[in-house]
Amino acid sequence: MSTSLFEKLGGNAAVDAAVDIFYRKVLSDDRINSFFEGVDMDKQAAKQKAFLTMAFGGPHNYTGKDMRAAHAPLVARGLNDSHFDAVAENLQATLKELNVPSELIGEVMAIAGSTRNDVLCR
Amino acid sequence: MPRIFFEKQSYTCQDNESVLDCLTGHGLPIPSSCRSGICQTCLMRAVEGAVPLAAQQGLKETLRVQNYFLACVCKPTNDLKVALPDEEAGARTKVTVLAKEVLGGNIIRLRLGCTLPLDYHPGQFVQLHRDDGLIRSYSIASLPQREEPLELHIRHLPDGRMSGWIHDILKTGDTLEISGPAGQGFYLPGQPDQGLLLIGTGSGLAPLWGIARDALAQGHTGPIHLYHGSRDVSGLYLINELRELAEQYPNLNYTPCLSGPDVPKGFAAGRAEQMAFSHLPKLTGWRVFLCGHPAMVAATKKKAFLTGASMKDIYADPFVIAADSIKPAA
Repeated sequence: MSTSLFEKLGGNAAVDAAVDIFYRKVLSDDRINSFFEGVDMDKQAAKQKAFLTMAFGGPHNYTGKDMRAAHAPLVARGLNDSHFDAVAENLQATLKELNVPSELIGEVMAIAGSTRNDVLCR
Repeated sequence: MPRIFFEKQSYTCQDNESVLDCLTGHGLPIPSSCRSGICQTCLMRAVEGAVPLAAQQGLKETLRVQNYFLACVCKPTNDLKVALPDEEAGARTKVTVLAKEVLGGNIIRLRLGCTLPLDYHPGQFVQLHRDDGLIRSYSIASLPQREEPLELHIRHLPDGRMSGWIHDILKTGDTLEISGPAGQGFYLPGQPDQGLLLIGTGSGLAPLWGIARDALAQGHTGPIHLYHGSRDVSGLYLINELRELAEQYPNLNYTPCLSGPDVPKGFAAGRAEQMAFSHLPKLTGWRVFLCGHPAMVAATKKKAFLTGASMKDIYADPFVIAADSIKPAA
């Protein structure tokens, strides 16, 4: 059996290492951080972790329906492709900072990108 | 097969079945979301019995030591008695008022004697129950290992129903009921050289006074920076005690901060969190405890994270002042 993407990336420990860096980048990014004003940081960090685990090819219970429900109020406030791209950019920068090999970054970005239409409720 | 005890019923957990699947399979409404041990929605606590290590992965240390676990990835090998976090603090114990004194800053210090030993960490909180059903939460400032009586700092609020009653009516020798303890903001040993940053406003000093002394008593060697803020000197308390403690322990730094216009010598001019960030601009690797005004706590939590502290190392305890609040309203 070939090694899964999740195992290659380092499993749960890799997600733990990535989540603080990623969430910090997102909160520091003026293009998108207004969407996170007043949000419970612990709950949000847990959501980021669930998302990263999924994007890393790990165990998840992802349903587009949950993603749509969670983002619908943000779409109503103007969430669009430019914001999705900004988050993706932060994810990519996080992986680079963690010295993830570029072909694995590509795989992660492809999974993350597959959520675009759900996130933007299209 | 192991049995799961929950709300006075027992359920048999099938082989390779999670606690979550077992309980929800019996129609119990246990909250859950990712079912992969990640989102922490299904957080529960083992009141009796050991949980597998895998069921605690990713949890804050202070949750782990209290036997919290994630029900969706908990496949028990032994019997477990479990509870949802909200159902905690159910049992009440009688306490006797041993001493009541007014410190500075409209703070009343209550010392309470417990009939049964109370298992708590300084920095957690207990709920005080008055006979008529009024309940308020107050943080714990005492150290159990020193066999100190349970110590609470209660700010006398102008219209506070509980604090007014405590101030005006309650006297030494009276009995009260408490429940708890609860709360995740407390010191754990294991990283004695880690930097600790403690920021509190008003009676938010209570848990920090407990946590700082607990850390020192447990041999913490890393820097401990405590910032206590108020508008003017009359809003601060335990100033001399903290200065003496800082004399005694060179790794303890105490900074009393005043945000009002009148700042005497020996006090820092500015808000506690501003002073802290100006002294410690990078918090990578630090453990941070925040307590007091909700707006201060929320803003400081974010800033501590953005300046490098890990989410798992930030313990925030906003004091909500509300009629039916179960948060610390000290």
